[in-house]
Amino acid sequence: MNLDFAQLVPSIPYILYGIWVTLQFVAVSLVLGFFGGTVLSLFKIGKITILRWFADAYTSIFRGTPLILQMLIIYYAVPQLTGVDMGAFTAGVLTFALNSAAYISEIIRAGINAVDKGQKEAAMALGVSYQSMMLKIILPQALKNILPALMNEFITLTKESAIVSVIGALDVMRRAQIVGASNYRFFEPLLLAGLIYYLLVMLLTLAGRVVERRLAKSDYC
Amino acid sequence: MITVKGLRKSFGRNEVLKGITTTINKGEVIAVIGPSGSGKSTFLRCLNRLETRIEGSIMIEGTGIEQMEGQLRKKVGMVFQHFNLFPHFTVLENITFAPGQVLKTEKTESLNDAFELLKSVGLSDKANDYPAKLSGGQKQRVAIARALAMKPEVMLFDEPTSALDPEMVKEVLQVMKNLVKSGMTMVIVTHEMAFAKEVADRVLFMDDGKLVEDETPDVFFKDPKTERAQAFLEKVI
Repeated sequence: MNLDFAQLVPSIPYILYGIWVTLQFVAVSLVLGFFGGTVLSLFKIGKITILRWFADAYTSIFRGTPLILQMLIIYYAVPQLTGVDMGAFTAGVLTFALNSAAYISEIIRAGINAVDKGQKEAAMALGVSYQSMMLKIILPQALKNILPALMNEFITLTKESAIVSVIGALDVMRRAQIVGASNYRFFEPLLLAGLIYYLLVMLLTLAGRVVERRLAKSDYC
Repeated sequence: MITVKGLRKSFGRNEVLKGITTTINKGEVIAVIGPSGSGKSTFLRCLNRLETRIEGSIMIEGTGIEQMEGQLRKKVGMVFQHFNLFPHFTVLENITFAPGQVLKTEKTESLNDAFELLKSVGLSDKANDYPAKLSGGQKQRVAIARALAMKPEVMLFDEPTSALDPEMVKEVLQVMKNLVKSGMTMVIVTHEMAFAKEVADRVLFMDDGKLVEDETPDVFFKDPKTERAQAFLEKVI
């Protein structure tokens, strides 16, 4: 047992800067994934057969293959096919957004279906358009119910983001590996990386609780 | 005002309405009664197209309801058994939401209307509460106010008191009676026989998807013609 954190000290800022990269990565993927997931879920519950079919096929493919495979295809194989070369960060964000959209669409679909159908009928009977009904009546109630499941997905996304280190994006994980390799000491930087991810997830959990509490206000007052 | 001709509706192989023909005149109060599963609610829901894919025709002032699009829901308000208030909106927001979205009413005007309506249903002090805080009777009165905020010409009531505790029934019926006095055209699916007797101009008795009797309450409750109605009344009164 010979842990030597003193040796790690000069590299700490380098690893910490990875937090910024990881956060950017997660935030962008999360927003895109959420948006994509919402659209897909509306396709799934909608009446247009071809869109429903598309959304189901999409979900099936992205859930049915490994994330890392999807990322390698987007990063290495798509440029080969199209000649469009994208950076590791872009390829990573794209993969995660596309992938989490599939999962999030299922969560939102379940949430929408769980909203009492009387809500839809009341909105219809009042002459409210489909669009306003969905945006103002159904989705807000669905989101409230699925918040825990959604937080789960966001937490998974944050942790899984470490996979982008494979294609060389300089996130926390990659930086920890680089520091480990240059010092020939892996335990200390990896431990630090682990701590960083854990704290990020805790922060996310806390934020989720705050949102949950705010949304719950219509239950009590 | 509303003309229904040969109305049929099936859910899969189950034919729920087997040819209903009737007319509802302006200002009339119609009570629709009958045993569970007789198709009363389905009949009501067909009138504002919550049930579609019907056979036969329903016309409002000479226009088929399929052709009316947005106009239909502006003319016809509905109150549900389970209130269906929007739980994430306050009482006030519940009432002003549709006028703002659909009629594009000015905010101040829809707020004034809402306060007026809340006053008329006796709930002025609940304007800023969320539905979860209200009793069943209060919820239903808000739901009535919400429907009235659209200034409909006809109001449909789908068993408005069936989900209420007994002591809440009266306050809702009182609001409905006030509405009757105002001359509103109303179609009420109900199990409240005394109420039907008191306020209805006509009673439609339905059984097994058919309109079995169409009478004034005096005649219907005293002297029902069909055996089915006699048997029903014996059980419920």
